[in-house]
Amino acid sequence: MTIHLSILIALPLAGALFGRYSAITGSVLALAYAIAAVADFDSGASGLQYVTDETWIAQLGIHYKVGLDGLNLILVLLTTVLFTASVFWIIREKVERERLYLGLMGAAHSGVLLALTAQDLALFVIAFDLMLVPFLFITGIWGPVATRAAAITKLFIYTLVGSLLMLAAAIGLAVLVKNQSGAEHLSFAFSDLAKVRLPSSTQNWIFLGFAAAFLVKMPAFPFHGWMPDGYRNMPLPALAVFSAILSKVAAYGFLRVVAPLLPDAMAHFQLLLLLIALASVLYGSAMAFSTTEARLVLGYSSVAQLGFIVLGVFAIQDAGAQGAILQAVNHGLVVAPAFFIVSLLAKRAGGSEDIRDMGGLALRAPILAGLFLIVAFANLAMPGSSNFVGEFMILLGLFQAEPAIAIIASIGVVMAAVYSLRLFIRAMHNRVGPDAESREIGLTNALILVPLVGIILVLAFYPQLPLKKGEKAVTGSIAAAKESAR
Amino acid sequence: MIATTVQAPTIDWAGLTPLLALLGGAVLVLLAGLLRSSFVRRQCVPVVTIVAFGVAIASSIITWGDAIDVFTFKGDHGPLVIDDLTNIATLLVSITGIGAVLLAWRDHAAEEAGHGEFYALLLTAASGMVVLAGAQNLVTVFVGYELLSIPLYVLCATELRRASSLESGLKYLIVGSIGSATLLYGLAFIYGATGDTNFDGIAAAVPSVDTDVLLLTGIALALVGIAFKASIAPFHQWTPDVYEGAPTPITAFMAVATKVAAFVLLIRLFDVALVDVQDVWAPALATLCAATILVGNVGALGQSSLKRMLAWSSIAQAGYIGAGVVVGSQLGVQATLFYLAVYLVMNVAAFTVIVARERETDLGDDLASMNGLGTARPLLALPMTVALLGLAGIPATAGFIGKFFLIDALVDGDYAWLGVVIVIGSMISLGYYLRVIAAMWMAPVTAGTDERRAGPEVYTLALVAGAATLVFGILVSPLMDVAEDAAKSLGLF
Repeated sequence: MTIHLSILIALPLAGALFGRYSAITGSVLALAYAIAAVADFDSGASGLQYVTDETWIAQLGIHYKVGLDGLNLILVLLTTVLFTASVFWIIREKVERERLYLGLMGAAHSGVLLALTAQDLALFVIAFDLMLVPFLFITGIWGPVATRAAAITKLFIYTLVGSLLMLAAAIGLAVLVKNQSGAEHLSFAFSDLAKVRLPSSTQNWIFLGFAAAFLVKMPAFPFHGWMPDGYRNMPLPALAVFSAILSKVAAYGFLRVVAPLLPDAMAHFQLLLLLIALASVLYGSAMAFSTTEARLVLGYSSVAQLGFIVLGVFAIQDAGAQGAILQAVNHGLVVAPAFFIVSLLAKRAGGSEDIRDMGGLALRAPILAGLFLIVAFANLAMPGSSNFVGEFMILLGLFQAEPAIAIIASIGVVMAAVYSLRLFIRAMHNRVGPDAESREIGLTNALILVPLVGIILVLAFYPQLPLKKGEKAVTGSIAAAKESAR
Repeated sequence: MIATTVQAPTIDWAGLTPLLALLGGAVLVLLAGLLRSSFVRRQCVPVVTIVAFGVAIASSIITWGDAIDVFTFKGDHGPLVIDDLTNIATLLVSITGIGAVLLAWRDHAAEEAGHGEFYALLLTAASGMVVLAGAQNLVTVFVGYELLSIPLYVLCATELRRASSLESGLKYLIVGSIGSATLLYGLAFIYGATGDTNFDGIAAAVPSVDTDVLLLTGIALALVGIAFKASIAPFHQWTPDVYEGAPTPITAFMAVATKVAAFVLLIRLFDVALVDVQDVWAPALATLCAATILVGNVGALGQSSLKRMLAWSSIAQAGYIGAGVVVGSQLGVQATLFYLAVYLVMNVAAFTVIVARERETDLGDDLASMNGLGTARPLLALPMTVALLGLAGIPATAGFIGKFFLIDALVDGDYAWLGVVIVIGSMISLGYYLRVIAAMWMAPVTAGTDERRAGPEVYTLALVAGAATLVFGILVSPLMDVAEDAAKSLGLF
């Protein structure tokens, strides 16, 4: 029993309450804490580490139970890295009502950390909803005046509808487990829920509740209706972490909640989910190379990348699931700097984020162009990048399970090259846009962007880092489902 | 002439304290209101009212854990019991009452109707609620029901110079009387079928009459009568008009306290006295609750008057609360009571902010009065936001835990589908709660930045109720324990 994780979770929020410098301190300390946890983490041991388990609401069987294992360790690190970068970015942007902005970001940061480390289903559901609320306010207060109200309504009705279905499913799961096991008290702790395997028909409807929440939050193809408006209206520093991390919590949910607790349902719905994921890959890619709004290119590419991650999870193979976790990290690391670059490009293109207004921006900015090129290459999963390893493992796992889907899905890899390069070429080369003016990246911006790109490079050389830490937990998570799918 | 000694029932005066405090307070306030001194009328009368509520609260806390049979006659069970369920109802009603007094302190309504009369009626209505909550006998039920209703009819019409207030009172009177008549008719049928007016006698007789038409008719009519008071669909139509027209402090009081009394009665009558025929009434009540949730939430969409919106929302909330009664288990009762308590803090916070804006702007309770509240009056915007998020059931608020608890009880009692309806209702409700939140934080300020300020008591009440919404969402156990105690006092499973 340690309180280290609780400190890690509380740091960003506590820091963000007292203005700019304490917000920086809180995030950086959380980052340092996460790095220390990764370094100290014993990847040989199985099971949770740094566990805190306190009863929160005894009557409802809800525990405040948090812990780290191979599944969430790297995602926690990713969260602290990207939120810290985002805090610096917000301060650099000099927004109005900065203190409120940073406070909301701190709350979101803590919420995400809680969702990732929660080892109690009710706590997970609570944190999963809670981490969304700050983004409602951020979009509503700093988004474009004309359209933001409609956007947040759409965003939140979509995502909370999913979350509420998950809530019903979670309560159903816990009550049914209690009744079946004959336990005296309700308990939502994952370890207690995993003791009983519900009949497969029951698992199926519960599965649908969870799948609804996760697929909406990702978003996956037909559940992405909120995405274009939501992405258009959310300020970029918030959007970067929203797109990079919140979507991953959903993917992580499949491995944390669904695979171990509902293995038969996972096997039962394997094909359905694979088809949804495949549709996301194809639809996301096609939209990404037809839209001209830079942030929507990234938005739709996220739909496609999340599709890949779901393909990896629902291949229900070791390689696929490991690839999914790796790809979750990769995509987060790529998409956050990409949004940052979009904001830099917009400043050079007369404030427009339309790629038709950009062009020729590489002319006097070789460093910016170089950084962007690395990010673009990583996004298209260039061989040598960590994204390549991730997608390769996903396709490998998928090939073992459903070769036909794997073959179609590999088209998505080609399409990723098309939209990533299109974005890069239209923005950086081509004819110079009407109001575009090429300018090198400034020092402070570089200080934010270079470390992020540096991490992409490090992972390109050493993708084993997240793989090794996660191997045991990931294979353990899908073991039961794998058995059932056979 | 035969000399007979009439044997009087034994009265437990200590148990009667809450009622004595409320009714005694009413008399005192009424008399003090006749004095000419404006200080006494404007300041002392509300204080005495608060003290009366305070004594009722203190008495409930002191007798917590006891089950006092107030009137016993030759060892028989009496018509009124002060057990933990009555106590929790007294607590909730009195706390709402104090809130209503604070809101009415500088309101037109009390001024126009006369301070003494206004607060005396408020206390009398509260005492009716306590009687209803402690009723152990069909006759007591009816006495309590009328004692709470009649003062409220008058209170709705206390803004004498506003036509809509008078309309509200009249409407409530007519619809309420139909409710009373239906209830009375139903109670008579139940008596006819079981041959007893005492709840324990009814409970004992019910298994033998089981599906007797007389009993079924009685149950149906009584349910309709209570549904009128609790605004359960399709007997809810009066609610938006009455809530909108009544003075806002009274609306707040009605929205919360009347529901507390009606649902505690529902628990006593259905989950205790009629629990053996649960398979008969539960499907019907479940259907009504499901309809209420949908009707209430859909009705609230698109309302531009905040009071109307909260009226529709309170209809939906009645559906949620009623769902806990459906399952007829201890868990269900616990969930109902817990939800009633959190419903109290959320609604008091919301209505308080509406009162504040009614005084600070010329827009009344229009949605536009909330525009830009986040920048203009953060001390009002924060509690309002928390309250609305709570009503919508967002985590980390008491409303979330309340819904969580209800769904838990429903799944446990094999009414999982009703849990799903609650979830669907919450989804729809986001559509209107978010509009208000968006107006507060995202719309530019349009009105009410001038010097006019609602009194400090209004701000304090809003902040306290808003804070309670958060606290009960995080430190849940104490309130859970209270609900558990109260539910246990019924001896259900």
